[in-house]
Amino acid sequence: MEIRRNLPSYQCIVSEGEGGGMTLHLQGRMDVTNVASMRSELHSLLKDRPSSSLTVDLERVTYLDDFGALILVELKRLICSRNGHFSLTNTSDKVNEVLHGLKLDSLEEPVFLVKKQTPGVFVRLGEATIQLASDLKYMISFIGDVCLSLLYVFSHPKSLRSDDTLSYMQKTGVDALPIVGLISFLLGLIMAFMSSVQLRQFGANILVASLVSLSMVRELGPIMTAIIVAGRSGSAFAAEIGTMKISEEVDALFTMGFDPTRFLVVPKIIATVIMVPILTLFSNVFAITGGLLVGVSMLDLTTSAYITQTLRTLTLFDVLWGLFKSGVFAFLIALTGCLRGFQVTGGAASVGQATTSSVVTSIFLIILSDSIFAVILQYWG
Amino acid sequence: MKKHVIIQVKDLVARYGEDIILDQITFDVYLGEILVIAGGSGCGKSTLLKHLIGLNHPHSGQVTIEGEDITACDGTTFQKILRKIGVLYQSSALLGSMTIAENVALPIQEYTQLPPKSVDTMVRMKLNLVNLNGYENHLPSEVSGGMKKRAGLARAMALNPKILFFDEPSAGLDPISSAELDNLIITINKNLGTTIVIVTHELQSIFAVAHRVIMLDKRTKEIIAEGDPQYLRDKSTNQLVKHFFNRQAENQEIILGDNP
Repeated sequence: MEIRRNLPSYQCIVSEGEGGGMTLHLQGRMDVTNVASMRSELHSLLKDRPSSSLTVDLERVTYLDDFGALILVELKRLICSRNGHFSLTNTSDKVNEVLHGLKLDSLEEPVFLVKKQTPGVFVRLGEATIQLASDLKYMISFIGDVCLSLLYVFSHPKSLRSDDTLSYMQKTGVDALPIVGLISFLLGLIMAFMSSVQLRQFGANILVASLVSLSMVRELGPIMTAIIVAGRSGSAFAAEIGTMKISEEVDALFTMGFDPTRFLVVPKIIATVIMVPILTLFSNVFAITGGLLVGVSMLDLTTSAYITQTLRTLTLFDVLWGLFKSGVFAFLIALTGCLRGFQVTGGAASVGQATTSSVVTSIFLIILSDSIFAVILQYWG
Repeated sequence: MKKHVIIQVKDLVARYGEDIILDQITFDVYLGEILVIAGGSGCGKSTLLKHLIGLNHPHSGQVTIEGEDITACDGTTFQKILRKIGVLYQSSALLGSMTIAENVALPIQEYTQLPPKSVDTMVRMKLNLVNLNGYENHLPSEVSGGMKKRAGLARAMALNPKILFFDEPSAGLDPISSAELDNLIITINKNLGTTIVIVTHELQSIFAVAHRVIMLDKRTKEIIAEGDPQYLRDKSTNQLVKHFFNRQAENQEIILGDNP
């Protein structure tokens, strides 16, 4: 009995011999283009045939690559699972050579490809704790290193890479001005609008000016600016240093006798600490302008009344306190960005993690230090 | 027997900005051959390779792969052409977040309808072919440069492309790994009939694998020699070609047949 299946570039013919053995005559090309259809074809052909022994005749196979070999391997496995005998006949030299190169015998050794393993909860907890401890250790030594490098630069001002510092000042400060300005302006607008809804009920429109100016100068200006800079520049620092670390540029600096911290971190920290307070100042001005716009257009206030009220509310201490805070935030942002950059190991994915982590850690540190400042001011002032 | 042309490059001009890198390059690659694109550093070998695989668009001229002009075809045709080629990059370019097995499995999973178990078997066969059995679950960062190259090769030939491109395959490899890679290249070419285009300046590799060599020159930005490497070494009349194939500095006197 013979069953034929015809398909474009190959042909499979099964003939059943005496004694229950089967012979499979394969013809045509056994390659990557045919493998899926040929495979399912053969499995359906052999599924209903109980006979256990199979001889595959490759005489008329015109081309066989490793995808073709896959079919033979799978046929062998099927027959072996039935405790039958599997053999190949009429294999050409070329086919033998291909099969030999693939070391098919070693495929039967039970090596399993490990997909992603998830370790147990205790293992993960332990690993996380060890990771945290080593992170902490690295962080402390990094902060120490940065402080020493800063001290060195302050005592030897000529060792500061001034060109780099100026370029970072432009990138973190000047280039960020449009977005900081826009966001602060809209924030002032929103605050004035929202507070006016309540204050108007008491005829206290003029207090909108106090509310906007005080909250911006003391709290929101420094925080908003710091968050924007963390997103724009902190992440860029992490990505830049991380990529340099992967491409061995940091190692190269080290072996050339440069201190990577002094070379890469100090310019970034100095640039950020100088520029973020200036950006904060701009942010305050833009927010107050936003509030002024709402005050004048919706609350029947005059421009001079609004400005007078603003100036009456604000003290020099408020402004300086806000700027001092933003200086501290800037230091934290640059420090975190660089730290995360230096922690990169491995490949591209690690740079991505460092960038994310730098932004998240920076924002957390900004809010945390702001709370500490609030407490200090409470007891001090 | 007439040779079948698989890649045709015609009047290719490549520029970076105003700088001309390659000028009026014309050559054919024949089906089933191992062609080496050779030349000194900075002569535009890698640029030429980038144009052959469609990563760069030429300033003018044509690159035709199996009758399709890749400089002018639409996205669908280009995707079809990409299926016919495999590239082993100089850095191996394995995805760092995946194991070696996952790297090799990626194109097989994407472009064949095989079930996961068969894909696993396929991956193991591919890794057997490049002698990397046992390293399935390692990350690229955990293996040596030579192993990365072989894993990159297993991935490049995952779908048995008709043409394989190699960018500086022996760069950064020790002599043994380099020779093993050369043998692999020859085996693949012989067993699967794959056409192979290699960009390299390693003389030993060139003499070991090349059926034909094309040599580029930095100054004229053109092809200055073409042919069998032994012939170019012994018989070329061009001084530059002679110096290159005899591994001699330009002001050195040539002693024929003394070097490899």
